[in-house]
Amino acid sequence: MYLYNEFDEAFVRERVDQFRAQVARRIDGALTEDEFKPLRLMNGLYLQLHAYMLRVAIPYGTLNSAQMRQLAMIAERWDKGYGHFTTRQNIQFNWPKLEDVPAILDALADVGMHAIQTSGNTIRNVTADHFAGASADEIADPRPVAELIRQWSTDHPEFQFLPRKFKVAVTGSPNDRAVTAAHDIGLRIIERDGVIGYQVIVGGGLGRTPMIGKVLAEFLPQEDLLPYLEAIVAVYNLLGRRDNKYKARIKITVHETGLEEIRRLVEAEFAPRKAQFKGVDQQILSNIEQYFQPPSYQSLDSSSFDITYDTNPGFRAFVDNNVDRHRRADYAIVSVSMKKHGATPGDATAEQMRVMADLAEEFGHDELRISHEQNVILPHIPRAHLPALYDRLRAADLATSNIGLISDIIACPGMDYCALATARSIPVAQNIATHFEALKLEHDIGPLKIKISGCINACGHHHVGHIGILGLDRAGVENYQITLGGTGTQDAVIGDRTGPGFAYDQIIPAIERIVKAYLSLREDPSETFLETYRRLGMSPFKEALYDDEAKRDAA
Amino acid sequence: MARRFTPKVVTANALLEGDVVYLTADDQWVRDHALAELIEDEAHATIRLLDASARSSEVVGAYLADAKSGPNGPEPVHFREAFRTRGPSNYSHGKQEQV
Repeated sequence: MYLYNEFDEAFVRERVDQFRAQVARRIDGALTEDEFKPLRLMNGLYLQLHAYMLRVAIPYGTLNSAQMRQLAMIAERWDKGYGHFTTRQNIQFNWPKLEDVPAILDALADVGMHAIQTSGNTIRNVTADHFAGASADEIADPRPVAELIRQWSTDHPEFQFLPRKFKVAVTGSPNDRAVTAAHDIGLRIIERDGVIGYQVIVGGGLGRTPMIGKVLAEFLPQEDLLPYLEAIVAVYNLLGRRDNKYKARIKITVHETGLEEIRRLVEAEFAPRKAQFKGVDQQILSNIEQYFQPPSYQSLDSSSFDITYDTNPGFRAFVDNNVDRHRRADYAIVSVSMKKHGATPGDATAEQMRVMADLAEEFGHDELRISHEQNVILPHIPRAHLPALYDRLRAADLATSNIGLISDIIACPGMDYCALATARSIPVAQNIATHFEALKLEHDIGPLKIKISGCINACGHHHVGHIGILGLDRAGVENYQITLGGTGTQDAVIGDRTGPGFAYDQIIPAIERIVKAYLSLREDPSETFLETYRRLGMSPFKEALYDDEAKRDAA
Repeated sequence: MARRFTPKVVTANALLEGDVVYLTADDQWVRDHALAELIEDEAHATIRLLDASARSSEVVGAYLADAKSGPNGPEPVHFREAFRTRGPSNYSHGKQEQV
């Protein structure tokens, strides 16, 4: 993986020193909060409901064991012993004290990490497919390009005060696991006649006005990437609306201006910018690529895997749910669920972080990934080691076999932490998971993605959940709206709203009515929830959701 | 006729820890909602908020939150403010762990 060079190291250290001085001046009264707030946000420090929150970038979701252990150390030394993995491949610490934050940033810099541009109207942490470099279906590893974009966008002088925040995601696989269609810019690595290029998607996003991104360039040559990205962001920087925060994202700019006109403006901007790129970016990219070479794979006898798979039902369930195909037949990709039934989605204790770091080091070529679905991935595990790995995960209570199932829920922090939230989302996720666990229906239901946001900003990606839940404040009471049929993959769709929302104590029964309707409507157990919804549409689900309720109310 | 004024408390987050604090009648910042000054007069509320906002070396983001009188002192009205008196619901962290 990428290692900081002298320039990166010096830059990050200098930013920490600057912030240390800024914090000191805030505490001694030389800076007001109005002066300090933009400075702390530039360094990822928010003030939430109950405490400060530090958001640390995990670029393209990639960590090594030393970095994971450092996150564990930070959680124990300066927080409450845990961290929260987010839908943008960041980790958030929920309880840091203001005067400790410079020391935390120094500890991050010690392992090549930072919190720069995890807030503010800048280009944020660049995310990527969490199976990058490992997946069997991949055209090319998206991480070198993501790292190139990270370097280009970090402290980019032209793009420090954009109309609004700007998010970029990259996938190198036709099976989009990075939700590229719901980003300000989504990049898909594609191959045409043996040549690698990028499909450039622009103007996607969730939030108040959800939109699926539109294809701006069908096939962009590799060497045009940075000037083209720069042209897009420059056009947006001038055109994007600064008069209305809710209309400031590029999705609105594209929608109001029209894709054709945006394309014309971007192409006009591209030509002079391209002329200024002398190929240094491509040299840097090829240098970055050296850091993302495949690990030194071992060829091991996998017969122990086959025997354990045939004889141990717990292991078989784990493999069937949590293990994906690796590009090498004798390797596997393992997803470690951060969604144990009843646990907070995305939270990991310091002890769990250390266990996963140890396992990555021992069995998995020292690599870990954080997925936007708030799980931890061990991307390179020899199949021969899977039984031993499973035993170790089980001993650490980390072997929950529920990836892609109803309890593998994305949930934003919601009103338990977030100052913007209008309702809680964590307890809703906890209650759904434990409810269906008690009913023993989870495996029968099969693949089903529930995503929960505690406000309209949609950090919990509810619009692209097969079942989406949005928590709102309706006249001083928590109320939850449901959407159905969304998906965030290569065929991304925004879900449809079912109708009126449900009170906090009615949302679990409402979800149960939807799920039970699916179980009775599906043609056979192989038809997934999403397939059934696409075949039948909203009406039978709406009927199950509201007619029963009306009947019960009348009774 | 003018709408009746809903009583308020002045609340903010402490500068150093970020913890939720409330303003008392004798100008102290306290962690317990029940010890806050319950302000029943709109003009007085405006002045108290100005007083609080001036103390930017102690607190961040002071505002007026709806409250009502209770047997042990002021109580929050809105669920958001109720959460702020306790802490998150998924762990016993924040104010609730100190009780």
